[in-house]
Amino acid sequence: MSRRARLCVLAAGLLATAALLVAAVLRVPSFGGPWHPYGDRAVEAALRRNTANTVSAVNFDQRAFDTLGEESILFASVLGTVVLLRRTEDERTSEPRPVSVPATMRRYGIAALPVTLLVGLYVIAHGQLSPGGGFQGGVVVATAFHLLYVAIDYPALKRVRAVGLYEIGDALGEAAYVLTGVGGLLAGAAYLANVLPYGTFNTLASGGTVPLLNAAVGVEVASAVVVLLARFLSQALEIEGGRE
Amino acid sequence: MADPAVDDVLIVASLLFVAAAATAAVLNRDPARQAVVLSLLGLGLAVLFTVLQAPDVGLSQLGVGSALTPLMILLTVRKVRRQRERRDGERHGGKRRG
Amino acid sequence: MTVLPYLVAAWIFLVGVYGLATSRDLVHAVGCLAVAQSSTYVLLLSVGYRHGGTAPVFSDVKPGVTVVDPVVQALALTDVVVGATVTALLLALVVQTAKRFGTTDPDELFALRG
Repeated sequence: MSRRARLCVLAAGLLATAALLVAAVLRVPSFGGPWHPYGDRAVEAALRRNTANTVSAVNFDQRAFDTLGEESILFASVLGTVVLLRRTEDERTSEPRPVSVPATMRRYGIAALPVTLLVGLYVIAHGQLSPGGGFQGGVVVATAFHLLYVAIDYPALKRVRAVGLYEIGDALGEAAYVLTGVGGLLAGAAYLANVLPYGTFNTLASGGTVPLLNAAVGVEVASAVVVLLARFLSQALEIEGGRE
Repeated sequence: MADPAVDDVLIVASLLFVAAAATAAVLNRDPARQAVVLSLLGLGLAVLFTVLQAPDVGLSQLGVGSALTPLMILLTVRKVRRQRERRDGERHGGKRRG
Repeated sequence: MTVLPYLVAAWIFLVGVYGLATSRDLVHAVGCLAVAQSSTYVLLLSVGYRHGGTAPVFSDVKPGVTVVDPVVQALALTDVVVGATVTALLLALVVQTAKRFGTTDPDELFALRG
């Protein structure tokens, strides 16, 4: 098909989709309205189980099985990326040249690292209480290490971060989630049922299995992001050659 | 944020910014520049989610959209450029660059 | 105002698909896919918004206060992170394509395949 014909097909498709979307949007309950049947019920259920952050309650209690699916997608895509970006036999690695970083950037970068790490861990740990949780905190923790790359250079990042450990951490996070679910079966309830005591409202140990599943996701996401960035960095900076 | 009128102004402003940033990200054909616009879009989305009273999603979007995705795109661009330079170098019989 | 957020979501989706279909570089195409994907978050959170509602977090407000819908927020939040890893997988495929064929232009790739 010529480029012109393809553009015509695309334009027809986009216009038709746009018309359908606008027609649908005009029939949707209007923005900001008071009618949220699922939301109201989810909030009630979360409060019954002493989980202050209802979003975490939905993710790790009411829809915990759905989150297991999401986590597995994450796990599978990291696995796929690791396989695709590994060094093949006909490629070789070269040491990237050392670069000089301005002294101020070095100083502030190194100062920001422990702060960022702490914020990330805090966000993971308080997922059942305040906005945050394993998904968000995991990303923050993982990016904190990469301040070393920004502030010093790539070899410094490599010395501190052993990728093998994070690959294991990724698998352990996924396994911990699956096994916590089995705990529900052992207690005589359904898979991933919230069988632990719900604890005192608004304390760290509230929400039953929510903090455990949250921590498992935190470990998995942090490890996954470290592994992903490690593969991309090594492809972009180190690996050379390969077949034509 | 007690005043509903202020809420509405903030929501409309961030919606318009997000729409503009998304358009700019698509129209920037150079992937390296697109990555920068994408990180702006990520930042705009994080603000929009926060004014829509979704701080959980805002946090998530802030880490992923403004840092992780653009960084991975930039690293891919670097790898692809090196690969292309190498191919061009070999095709012209010259010595491989960079 | 009653439909503006939905229309913005529709616009972001359409502009992302347009970029994806007309892209001359696979890296750029992956970026456009990320744009199209973000439209779903805008749509979900707009559906869940409630005038006068606060964030559905009860660590500093009393239970009983009007809050926005937490279900759609939970859906969007996991997908933001999971979507980024899927983007990583697509970029890894682009890197492999560049290694094999030395180009990331879809038209050139089509010509190579014949």
